[in-house]
Amino acid sequence: MPPSMTESSANKLTNGDVCHRTANGKKSSGRNGFVKNHCLFQQPQQKKYRRPSEKNNHVVHNASLYNKPFVEQFEETPLLVAVLTYVGYGILTIFGYLRDFLRNRGVEKCHVARERDEQKDFVPLYQDFENFYTRNLYMRIRDNWNRPICSVPGAKMDLVERASKDYNWTFEHTGKVVKDVINMGSYNYLGFAENTGMCADSATGSTHKYGVGVGSTRYEMGNLDIHEELEQLVARFLGVESSMAFGMGFATNSMNIPALAGKGCLILSDELNHASLVLGARLSGATIRVFKHNNMVSLEKLLRDAIVHGQPRTHRPWKKILILVEGIYSMEGSIVRLPEVIALKKHYKAYLYLDEAHSIGALGPRGGGVVDYFGLDPKDVDIMMGTFTKSFGAAGGYIGGKRELIDYLRSHSHSSIYATAMSPPVSQQIITSMKIIMGEDDTTLGAERLKQLSENTTYFRRKLREMGFIIYGNDDSPVVPMMLYMPAKIGAFGREMLKRNIGTVVVGFPATPIIESRARFCVSAAHTRDMLDTALEAISEVGDVLQLKYSRHHDFPSSLGPWSSAESLLLEPSHVKPSCHITN
Amino acid sequence: MASGQQWVLVEMVQALYEAPAYHLVLEGILILWIIRLLFSKTYKLQERSDLTEKEKEDLIEEWQPEPLVPLMSKDHPSLNYDIVTGPPSHKIIVNGKECINFASFNFLGFLDNERVKQKALTSLRRYGVGTCGPRGFYGTFDVHLELEDRLAKFMKTEEAIIYSYGFATIASAIPAYSKRGDIVFVDEAACFSIQKGLQASRSFIKYFKHNDMEDLERLLKEQEIEDQRNPRKARVTRRFIVVEGLYINTADVCPLPDLVKLKYKYKVRIFLEESMSFGVLGEHGRGVTEHFGVNIDDIDLISANMENAVASIGGFCCGRSFVIDHQRLSGQGYCFSASLPPMLAAAAIEALNIMEEDPEIFTILREKCKHVHKALQEIPGVKVVGEAYAPALHLQLERSSGSRDTDVRMLRSIVDYCLERQIALTLARYLDKEERFLPPPSIRVVVTIEQTEEDIEKAASCIREAALAILK
Repeated sequence: MPPSMTESSANKLTNGDVCHRTANGKKSSGRNGFVKNHCLFQQPQQKKYRRPSEKNNHVVHNASLYNKPFVEQFEETPLLVAVLTYVGYGILTIFGYLRDFLRNRGVEKCHVARERDEQKDFVPLYQDFENFYTRNLYMRIRDNWNRPICSVPGAKMDLVERASKDYNWTFEHTGKVVKDVINMGSYNYLGFAENTGMCADSATGSTHKYGVGVGSTRYEMGNLDIHEELEQLVARFLGVESSMAFGMGFATNSMNIPALAGKGCLILSDELNHASLVLGARLSGATIRVFKHNNMVSLEKLLRDAIVHGQPRTHRPWKKILILVEGIYSMEGSIVRLPEVIALKKHYKAYLYLDEAHSIGALGPRGGGVVDYFGLDPKDVDIMMGTFTKSFGAAGGYIGGKRELIDYLRSHSHSSIYATAMSPPVSQQIITSMKIIMGEDDTTLGAERLKQLSENTTYFRRKLREMGFIIYGNDDSPVVPMMLYMPAKIGAFGREMLKRNIGTVVVGFPATPIIESRARFCVSAAHTRDMLDTALEAISEVGDVLQLKYSRHHDFPSSLGPWSSAESLLLEPSHVKPSCHITN
Repeated sequence: MASGQQWVLVEMVQALYEAPAYHLVLEGILILWIIRLLFSKTYKLQERSDLTEKEKEDLIEEWQPEPLVPLMSKDHPSLNYDIVTGPPSHKIIVNGKECINFASFNFLGFLDNERVKQKALTSLRRYGVGTCGPRGFYGTFDVHLELEDRLAKFMKTEEAIIYSYGFATIASAIPAYSKRGDIVFVDEAACFSIQKGLQASRSFIKYFKHNDMEDLERLLKEQEIEDQRNPRKARVTRRFIVVEGLYINTADVCPLPDLVKLKYKYKVRIFLEESMSFGVLGEHGRGVTEHFGVNIDDIDLISANMENAVASIGGFCCGRSFVIDHQRLSGQGYCFSASLPPMLAAAAIEALNIMEEDPEIFTILREKCKHVHKALQEIPGVKVVGEAYAPALHLQLERSSGSRDTDVRMLRSIVDYCLERQIALTLARYLDKEERFLPPPSIRVVVTIEQTEEDIEKAASCIREAALAILK
């Protein structure tokens, strides 16, 4: 393999659209120089990796591996915004301490549930600081999460109206229903969350036939014919030899990785991997090393070092190396650089575990996930994992791969031996929706949905970017994170959007880095253009009110313009004191 | 003193003049040498030998990983699961043969209960199947809140929290509280999901002998002595006892009243896993607390799945709000997983309705259990393990052949013999290498209220015949 392509050729391939940050002058000069080492991908000349804030993910290093432009953007946080965000957290923390002090003195009423008197002399169940964040930050904006819904989680949904009389410590249902809220939060990528139509009908049929439970594990007496049917279909859908389905997506990761790796094995995990992958890796007992998010240079360095140096202290060679990556990262909206990962894994003889929780069904011309999206061979991925929760509107997860792998899992997976098998109507929902996606129902419904999702994604992302918001992630990813940064804006954005009858997800620390709070939209094939326009209008309006249009790229080509404008917007008094927003 | 020093100094200067030139040169060189040593780079005893790129390439070329999974022999039993066609209810079709079900944990027969099905269907017509999101992000349905409320009321606790998978319930709950440095006392017979929860918590784990309160007290006393030695550490070290109500691996009950005594004596919290006993033990099916008449508030956390007696999917934890509410942000399987499909929650609610309306079913179940337990006595070569009122018993070999594989094969032959004669049984399956204390191989016999006396007699005589034929 020759040393990697240079950036300029990559840029050419993608029409120069990829390199948005060259103006910052952060590009290392060593990158374009010749390389002495034998790495597949160019290693940076300087010893240290880039600071996490300097995300260089939008640069394609090995364009020859890609069959289409790979455009991913992570616009840098404006410095002033970053500073103000820290100030915001500072103020919140100071107020938090003050209020804790008042609570201790009995001045402020304390709503936290108390330990029973009989157990007062036990070792406290929680350290006081553990709940500081919950008590003083989360509680202020708690109404933005766990909003109960009382309808199908489709393109529009009905919410149960809640009210709180004690500043979010407790909620009461007012008895009213907020009707027809546009749902930008559910992972309903292909719109299969439906209570009518083919899926619901077939699920009804299997409820009549089987009931809802199973009452045993797969290995004992819970291996129903419907499970076997599902697994054969999944294998066909993925283009792999065999597959196995599990009752919970989270557990698919946490209960199967321990069967695949163990002591003496090395797991290389992306820093932004989902909690379930992290838990599975931990439970396996293998050594875990983390590489920078989607950074192939970092991954290659870890791979080389691992093989060259072997296990720590004993220097024995590793038994095997397992790379854990996700298809679409749900908080970043980025797509894994799969062609490069596969090139690396082949060269270094590692195994690849690909978690397609968000990408299966949502990406690729046939809905086959990232492998389909990049036009790769599914056989190059050793372990294809995914969930049925999202695109299929059901629940559970699967693992697909070679026959030997699945046979092994059948006898060694924690899930197949100790956990109850999947509910029959849920299995049926997956079977029907998957057949629709594959066009085996003799309609073009599936193809239409896939096309609709892709169009909606492009449209929604383009519009948001044009409005001047900072949007993270890949242009083709239906997960669209929009940066809010400041803690006060998390709550304000969620509430303002709900006022306009749009349900969005807002996330902050600890799900994101502390200054990178964001709103997240999940585009669905069920969204009509009208709904998206309504949503976009509302987002723009709220964006103006809260001054969220941070982007310094499109409308301001010069480097001075955006700075002055950002400053003038941000120096308004309401934003210097973020706590004002959340206390009211 | 001062004059003495002066004298020495003078003498030294004098000595310098008097010293021969070669001596001075030598000293000078030595001083320079010392300075050089001081400023030169430190060196390691083991000279670092950085590998050249070529050598690294060779190493990478040379390295051969183990296969991803070891090869399995083609006749491994797990490659041929028994296939159930149709519903796994009282009458079950296993490998094409209609049998009476003595294998599914369908204790109360809710699996094909028409009321439960209807309720699930109504919910399906309203909400569809999936929730398309975790609880935090529009995955909380009014049905979930209702189910949590109902469970809390049913168990007479302040709060309940539901998980979408039975296995993940206790496995998520334990690490939500017990962290690195904390101490957990666990019964040796604890089920696999407890073991995984303990592993995820990274706490110190101390196993006590199954149901042996003296052994537990010994460990607690040891800890007390340890604490006196280091009181500062003891003040922040949380302690927990984790036990099962009705052990799935041994089919016996934990001595809960004794545990509660120990709890207050040694100030340890109790987590109780009730997957087997919820909806089974006690007058109203509230489980082992009701069975012993223990105040439920004395138990810090109760967890159970809704996959056995309730015959739905998922699990729940219940207890005081002070304890349970913490999981809403710290229970990994709660926060990071899609929520339970509403139709499964609705089915669980209906099952609770039936349990509340007709507590008689628990008495019937207990009678059946006793009947089965009695009918299985005195089968040659086989012993029944478990309490008379346990709904999932184990049949073990009286004398092991010495090899686990042979034992398993013999028991499997009994199961096959019964399957042929329309009695569906199953072996209790374990991951032999992963279990902390691997239980001996056994056949699971599950009692449900749907089994008639004839069914039970038939099953017992069938097992007896099989044992006579196979074990000789």
